[in-house]
Amino acid sequence: MGALIDFVNKIFAKENGSKDQAKERLRLVLLHDRTALSPELLIALKEELIQVLSKYMEIDEDGLEVTLDRADNAVALVANIPVKSVRRS
Amino acid sequence: MESKVIVITSGKGGVGKTTTTANLGMGLAEKGYRVCLVDADIGLRNLDVVMGLENRIVYDLVDVVEGHCRLRQALIKDKRNENLYLLPAAQTRDKDAVQPDQMKALCQELKEQFNYVLVDSPAGIERGFKNAIAGADESIIVTTPEVSAVRDADRIIGLLEASEIYEPKLVINRLRPDMVRKGDMMDIDDVIEILAIPLLGVVPDDEAIIVSTNKGEPAVTDKNSRAGQAYRNIVRRITGEEVPLMDFSSQGFIEKLRRLMGGR
Ligand SMILES: Nc1ncnc2c1ncn2[C@@H]1O[C@H](COP(=O)(O)OP(=O)(O)OP(=O)(O)O)[C@@H](O)[C@H]1O
Ligand SMILES: [Mg+2]
Repeated sequence: MGALIDFVNKIFAKENGSKDQAKERLRLVLLHDRTALSPELLIALKEELIQVLSKYMEIDEDGLEVTLDRADNAVALVANIPVKSVRRS
Repeated sequence: MESKVIVITSGKGGVGKTTTTANLGMGLAEKGYRVCLVDADIGLRNLDVVMGLENRIVYDLVDVVEGHCRLRQALIKDKRNENLYLLPAAQTRDKDAVQPDQMKALCQELKEQFNYVLVDSPAGIERGFKNAIAGADESIIVTTPEVSAVRDADRIIGLLEASEIYEPKLVINRLRPDMVRKGDMMDIDDVIEILAIPLLGVVPDDEAIIVSTNKGEPAVTDKNSRAGQAYRNIVRRITGEEVPLMDFSSQGFIEKLRRLMGGR
């Protein structure tokens, strides 16, 4: 009986109830929440980036900028790294 | 068996932490375990009234922590079940009256006397929450299938992990099968998919909860209540039994039929 009621309900249900909106909005808001970087983490990330990059090029450490860029449906790590010179191999 | 301290928490307020603590505590005690409920919501004490024990309070958690009384003097024995005790919160103090270290020590002491210590956490992520989780071995996260509650639950999962309380278990409360069927409420799978933690149980939205709270008698003892049944199932899962989820699909129909026939 329950199955029949379910079936009938599904036929008459609106194509997409508000739950789809709830899910999609949650997905996006959590994407942002979960990628929140603490200041300490950001500093540690910068320092390691400088270490690694310095093997290959001379960079302007003071001009280095690392941020999380939040577009509508994605999050990107954006690094702006001024290069002074590239080391010859 | 090894004793356990389990914190019941949520982030968002009003989703059913206190209701869940009371019902699971009573349910575990009915199974013969020695259980202590700790109300960690200092300044907004509630667990005492939900349990119907508000008239028996002499001392509270802050009195114990500050050394005004012995722990056993502050423990209130339940009037229905001799295995069940409550350590009430202070009503006229604030959260800063207790330090996480003191909560940890208190939970340790309770563990020596009880099989299960259930800590009812306040809403939020501040001091009160930190106190509530300080002595916990495990955690239960309560949420409703709503955007803001699920979002807060996600945040709490992160904070628990940072505090080295791993593998929180999820209770989805106030599910409305009729709304799920219409596509107007996230279903069980939606919420699990988003939060990605194991499900401990699902409690339907049920008027019986309000009636039982009015009386100060947890619904878990009410054989006719759907929410009570859900809580009995969760209790069995906590004690290690495998219990399938109850069937929510037919609920709307049976409920309607019951109402048509004039009975509960
Ligand atoms: N399954 C349910 N069905 C119907 N009503 C419910 C259900 N669960 C909880 N409630 C009601 O919701 C309200 C809030 O519940 P409760 O006090 O347990 O939440 P809480 O998370 O402890 O709140 P707070 O954050 O303020 O401590 C109460 O009035 C309670 O009766
Ligand atoms: Mg509460």
